[in-house]
Amino acid sequence: MVTPIQVTLGELNLPLLAPMLIAIFGGLGILIIDLIKSNLHKSLYVMLSLMIFGADLFSVLGAAQGRGFFDLMLFDGLSIVSQILILIASMLFIPLALTSKRFHEFSYPEFFALFVFMVAGLQFMVTTDNLILIFVGIETSSLALYALIAMHNRYHSFEAAIKYFTMGAVAAGFYAMGSAAIYATTGSVELWQISEALSLSTENSNALLITGGAVLILVAFAFKLSLFPFHTWAPDVYEGASAPLAGYMSIVPKVAAFAVALRIFSIYIDLGIDSIQTIILILSVVTMTLANIMALVQEDVKRMLAYSSISHAGFVMAAIAIGTTKASTAIFVYYALFMFTNLGAFTMLWISRHKVKAFSDRFDHPYEKFAGMIKIVPMGAVVMALFMLSLAGVPPFSVFWGKLYIMSSAIDAGYIKLAIIMGLNSAIAAYYYLKLIVYMFLREPVKSVDIIYYNISKPLMVVVGIAVFVTVGSVFFFDKILTFVYTMMSASGF
Amino acid sequence: MSNILTILVFFPALAGLLGFVIDKNSARVYGVAIAAVEFILSLFLWMNFDSLNPTFQFIEHFPIVKDFGISYYLGVDGISLFLVIMTTFMTLIGMMSMTIKEDLKNMVITLLFLEMTMVGVFLALDAIMFYFFWELSLVPMLYIIGAWGGPLRVYASIKFFLYTFVGSLIMLVGMLFVAYSFYSAAGVWSFAITDWYALGFDMKYQFWLFLAFFVGFAIKVPMFPFHTWLPYAHGQAPTIGSVILAAVLLKMGTYGFVRFSLPMFPDASIMMIAPIAILSIIMIVYTAMVAYAQEDMKQVIAYSSVSHMGIVMLGIFAMNSEGISGSVFQMLSHGIVSGALFMLVGVIYDRTHTKYMSEFGGLASIMPKYALIFGIMLMASVGLPLTIGFVGEFLVLIGFYKISPILTVLAGTSIIVGAVYMLSLFKRSFFGAITNEANRKLKDLNANELVSFIPLVAIVIWLGIYPKPVLSIIDNSVKTTLSIMEQKAITPEAKEIIIAKNSKEEK
Repeated sequence: MVTPIQVTLGELNLPLLAPMLIAIFGGLGILIIDLIKSNLHKSLYVMLSLMIFGADLFSVLGAAQGRGFFDLMLFDGLSIVSQILILIASMLFIPLALTSKRFHEFSYPEFFALFVFMVAGLQFMVTTDNLILIFVGIETSSLALYALIAMHNRYHSFEAAIKYFTMGAVAAGFYAMGSAAIYATTGSVELWQISEALSLSTENSNALLITGGAVLILVAFAFKLSLFPFHTWAPDVYEGASAPLAGYMSIVPKVAAFAVALRIFSIYIDLGIDSIQTIILILSVVTMTLANIMALVQEDVKRMLAYSSISHAGFVMAAIAIGTTKASTAIFVYYALFMFTNLGAFTMLWISRHKVKAFSDRFDHPYEKFAGMIKIVPMGAVVMALFMLSLAGVPPFSVFWGKLYIMSSAIDAGYIKLAIIMGLNSAIAAYYYLKLIVYMFLREPVKSVDIIYYNISKPLMVVVGIAVFVTVGSVFFFDKILTFVYTMMSASGF
Repeated sequence: MSNILTILVFFPALAGLLGFVIDKNSARVYGVAIAAVEFILSLFLWMNFDSLNPTFQFIEHFPIVKDFGISYYLGVDGISLFLVIMTTFMTLIGMMSMTIKEDLKNMVITLLFLEMTMVGVFLALDAIMFYFFWELSLVPMLYIIGAWGGPLRVYASIKFFLYTFVGSLIMLVGMLFVAYSFYSAAGVWSFAITDWYALGFDMKYQFWLFLAFFVGFAIKVPMFPFHTWLPYAHGQAPTIGSVILAAVLLKMGTYGFVRFSLPMFPDASIMMIAPIAILSIIMIVYTAMVAYAQEDMKQVIAYSSVSHMGIVMLGIFAMNSEGISGSVFQMLSHGIVSGALFMLVGVIYDRTHTKYMSEFGGLASIMPKYALIFGIMLMASVGLPLTIGFVGEFLVLIGFYKISPILTVLAGTSIIVGAVYMLSLFKRSFFGAITNEANRKLKDLNANELVSFIPLVAIVIWLGIYPKPVLSIIDNSVKTTLSIMEQKAITPEAKEIIIAKNSKEEK
């Protein structure tokens, strides 16, 4: 006999859903507009998407924290911070469609609709503590993303999309198995209930199943976050995707995945289950080191940036293992700062993307392409150099502050060796970032001018300008970001 | 003028930014003018400096990242005052004597940015700010060596960058640990060095922290096993790069020891006297011998500069006011003398496009003014009495004699070896018959070059004869540092060494 469910609208707390609803209805709106009148210019859709994300961001900032929708949704500080990052990065990404040359994926309104749906999926993912809804969020966003990658009409793009899809499917499988194992031991898919059940049954005979479930989920996230040894897809996928989308993928899905990983694994770490913590630490150290070493030998700047963002993800992953509020804050502060720099660097690649001519048969953006850039486009070279120095962690540029804060949180928690490893890794990384600077500043140009700043347009310059502003000026508002994120994280108990 | 330090630090950078607008052909004059204004500002700082006050002056302090204790904190004391003046002076002289033709505008702008970072390192009293300038100084130097250097320039510049970068990241870990210890003890975050001075550590922590900072500073100095980047950097760098590198950048490392290591980790410093003294002696004697074996004039001076930095290190770890004041003075004298020597080699290189001693001989009869100035600088480098080089070396040796007479005698021999390689360089290049007929047409120093060199000669002789105005101010601040060490020292041996070695002079 099932008791009828009594629901009032007030209990549902629908305003919590407002941000996602704005995105979903906005996406539908884009499709409807296309139905009514087709062949509209991409600039219309860009502006519509920007407005959708603007309204979305506005409602996130205005939303009250709490639970809602049958307790499925959890709108806490973590969710707010990660949604803000996701939305700002999306708003930076969208104008990159307005290139001076026409790339065909942007002429489809579906591209923008899918993009908006993907963002909605990511928002769902970070705004719940229900394992099933997390799964739905991951899948919604990933399916949209596969399609977005494939729409960049190049041979490598299809390869990339298929690769990403296959890997994503495997990861989803692991995630489902992990959730099932956790459900089997704790009888719930709600993280707060799982946490309670686990804390009551620490000497439970199901210890293997409990850690096993967590390890399976960790594998799933290792795919998403491109952690060793599940990182191999990343360089190929980034190379195949268009440069802005690659930059976007190196940030936004990872922010969402970090938010969820933090939710899930902090339970284990707070309960003192050392095996999980050790596994995460080892993954993180191996990821940052190996990716750095691989990045050293890359010939293509885009692949180098792919490995570098794997390494950065490994760097940040350590913060989850550390498990203090400061470390959790560091994750998002790091990504908030890294976001602008990395997206800026990928935008510079996008600017140099030639529509028909690839630079060489194998690579689109080999180092030689940027040789002598200071002599051809001095401002471009200086801007790119700024991004590289920032990624290398040279003060006072943005990523340095993130690194500083993560290393500091490692030291506070007593992980001195980890901090030293992080330091040494930053030094290794400096080499491949410098390599690009050396090519740009100290070598003679090899190819004609038009390849380098082929794709430039006003909107792209604005995006790069914002990225430069944040990268250089971060010292002035690091304080504000830090305080905001810290309050949010400590309010939601991470 | 309460914000003179901010002006001193950021004026060159601001001028550098504006420099992008200046026309190519006027860039050099612009650079010289800015460097001159900066130098006058630093002299103005000296005039207003209260020489009786041994603590930090002209302090500017306000928070940047409040929750994390990072603040904007500038201040100057007797130790940093003259390093700043030396920096602005050498930048000015370097700018005046610069002979680079291509991309001159880029060079001028780069130098102005470099000047900001150098002055900033000496004036920053917040560890993160210090680190910021410290790291940022690598970038312009990378560009200077990489863009205007010799055939191996890219290799040399990357080696220079990575070496220092590795060291300083380990130092950063150390800094973060100190900041955390401060937080644990005081309940608030702070990266202010003056706050850190009040913090005591267990012996175990002191040792590891000392090592972390040591790696950062020792690579920059460069101490003996870490010195291999320097000959490459000097060998490939253009003249102006070598001048700035030898005169200022190396001093950052030794300054770091005086500012951070000694007052923060007194017991560990005293424990490390023996190993560091041995490394310094190896550095002094070994590099002096290597210098003797060089054919390239510039390499001789590069290695001699490592050798002299060994003397500076020895003085710092003498742990008494003669030794440390002598070291600081030696930093100044080495900055001026080695800078001048690199410039002199640059002069002959511009004329003949070679730096090999075998290509020269009998230059004294062709270029008498050049030979005279070279001779004076060389004597100062060797440490002849009544030149600036003598004062520092002598004080260091006196200071270290109290620690270990035997090591001091060993170090003293370096002065002799130093004299050998320098005099042999002088003999082979300047005396004897003219071996290379092409050299007969060489022109002596022109007016422009004389204007650059005469102030250097004047300072070398003035401070050699009468070092008191400089030395007394340095000494005041050094004594304050020593008294901080004495208060903080926890092991009885350390206290004893600091007190015993300093009581004698009070008589």
